[in-house]
Amino acid sequence: MAADTSIWQRIGFHRSFGVAEAGWGRTLAVAGVSFVYFLPVLFIIFTAIKPQALALSVPPTLSPTSLFGLIPDQFVFTPTLENFSSVFSRVMTGGGQPEPTGFDRFFFNSIVIASASVLLALVLGTLAAYGFSRYPLKGNDTYLFIILTTRMLPAIVVIIPVILMFRAVGLSGSYLGIILLYTAFNLAFTIWMMKSFFDELSTDVEDAARIDGSSGTRVFFRICLPQVVAGLAATFVFGLILTWNEFLFALLVTGPDTRTVPVAMNQAVSSGGRGTDWTLLAAIETLFLIPVFLVTFFLQEHLLRGVTFGTVRK
Amino acid sequence: MSTIELRGITKTFGSFVAVQDADLSVAAGEVVCLLGPSGCGKTTTLRMIAGLERATAGDIVIAGRRMNGLPPQERNIAMVFQFYALYPALTVGENIAMPLHHQAIGKAEIAAHVAKVADILHLRDILDRMPGQISEGEKQRVAVARAIVRDPNCFLFDEPLSRLDVELRHTMRSQIKAVLSNLSRATVIVTHDQLEALSMADRIAIMRDGRIEQVGSPHEVFARPANVFVASFIGTPQMNLIEAEFKGYGDGKATVTFGRQDVNIPAAPAVAALAPGRVTVGVRPRAFTVVPKDTADTIDAVTELIEPMGAETLIHARTRTGGDIRVVIPRDKKVKVGEPLHMIPDPMQTHIFAADGKAVRA
Repeated sequence: MAADTSIWQRIGFHRSFGVAEAGWGRTLAVAGVSFVYFLPVLFIIFTAIKPQALALSVPPTLSPTSLFGLIPDQFVFTPTLENFSSVFSRVMTGGGQPEPTGFDRFFFNSIVIASASVLLALVLGTLAAYGFSRYPLKGNDTYLFIILTTRMLPAIVVIIPVILMFRAVGLSGSYLGIILLYTAFNLAFTIWMMKSFFDELSTDVEDAARIDGSSGTRVFFRICLPQVVAGLAATFVFGLILTWNEFLFALLVTGPDTRTVPVAMNQAVSSGGRGTDWTLLAAIETLFLIPVFLVTFFLQEHLLRGVTFGTVRK
Repeated sequence: MSTIELRGITKTFGSFVAVQDADLSVAAGEVVCLLGPSGCGKTTTLRMIAGLERATAGDIVIAGRRMNGLPPQERNIAMVFQFYALYPALTVGENIAMPLHHQAIGKAEIAAHVAKVADILHLRDILDRMPGQISEGEKQRVAVARAIVRDPNCFLFDEPLSRLDVELRHTMRSQIKAVLSNLSRATVIVTHDQLEALSMADRIAIMRDGRIEQVGSPHEVFARPANVFVASFIGTPQMNLIEAEFKGYGDGKATVTFGRQDVNIPAAPAVAALAPGRVTVGVRPRAFTVVPKDTADTIDAVTELIEPMGAETLIHARTRTGGDIRVVIPRDKKVKVGEPLHMIPDPMQTHIFAADGKAVRA
């Protein structure tokens, strides 16, 4: 080994010459930080499969497996799926037969409300963004700014007039109400995101399509949209995550039938008067993670893919 | 009839005038190059012909029909863009076929058309690739193929060769010229490269600051530039433009003074009408004959810098008044830095420009 090899280089921290693979040292450092980020999620998942009695035990149980004897027995718990079944049906206060908790309905609500509003915002927002990008109005930026102002106030401030208006027109507690509300809020974000994606595209390609005989509609659908698939995917995922986890609007605008999971989760924890059931809460959270996790996973390919395949540069 | 006619077209962006009162006509089968420095309005003119920009004033007539109000898709024109503008989500074959989708023809016929132009431009083997996977030269050819696959009223090229390397540019230049000569359509090519214009065009329109300064054959704009700008823009090395004092005309010769040196230069009779005063004398670097010291009516200068260019040698010399003169001499003629140089300009290639910059000719 050369004499000028430092200890840092030996453990994998190479000096870099231009862009190149980072090597093991830096990779491990990033893996360490990532693990810290993932720890809360892991903790929730483990809590969800713990027996209820061990939820708050001291010292805490850390792992469902001893990892071939690596982890001392006192930190190991026996995994159970009981908590998941009690999400949907369990014995309520006062004992007796297990009753349905209505959580199937709440999950259904969350999925319908989040996907409907994010998709609606995506359709409307993409069209609007294309308009803002390609056919700028006089004072274009002013309108974009105004659209964003809805997101500048704390949600708690915005919701008060919304509640009053929804009461007046009878939208309170309805699917339509909460979907419209989320759509309106996602629109600002969608328009800004999609506009920046459209701005990145070379307009020459669209001009070429016009010259080749395409109408405006065809240019948009055949030429423009395929180039912003990555943008659509990214906007959809971010919008979905924001909407999926939203609590305050859902708390104040949904009714018993249209309640979403975050609201129901809160009520499941605080009702009953027996203190907080941590394993139940962790089970709900774990189930709640799955849909967003799956969507993000399947759209990942699009999220990571380059926008224009390198053919057009602006 | 595939012709293009521009009648007094003007384009303004706010208070900025991009193109002013441009007149141009392109006959069927003719190739006209719009040549000029960056920002002179040549691309804007092209985009107005294509319908991508609306003309502020004037008429655009293509194939005998006034097109001002029509969007590009209704003008039946083909255009090749500077950055090719291939559709990134479609294969090469689909790219070429795109203009045909709007014509009422069947799939088999579309495929036949695509195959035909793919053969002409040697694209047969890459029809299934994506635009991101092919080389610059291939992208260029795909863009040309997409333009010639149908039967348009005219062809428009926006700096078609600017992104290719020197060698490829050479090949493509002749290839495009060959393809165009078989199609007998009016063609407009925008370029800032005079060599491209001189070699590809039947006529060249030279633009500056939104105005067309001169329209003529490559020979005309080179040999008889209409004004100082055209004279300085066309030709490499650049034409020498020497500030001088016009004194009078007699005997077929104009008497001009460079500093204190009076020189009689053969000139056209029209020069006689000129009032004495400042003029610009234009002489191409290759139009000088270097002569021995005591010859009459020479322009004198001192050699400052010698640049061998292979077959010839380019000399930068300084006149007594401090003006810079470029002279091209044959390779075998030896000169040294610091030596005086005596030159006689070729009367056929000497231009006198009046104070307003316009050439004075018969």
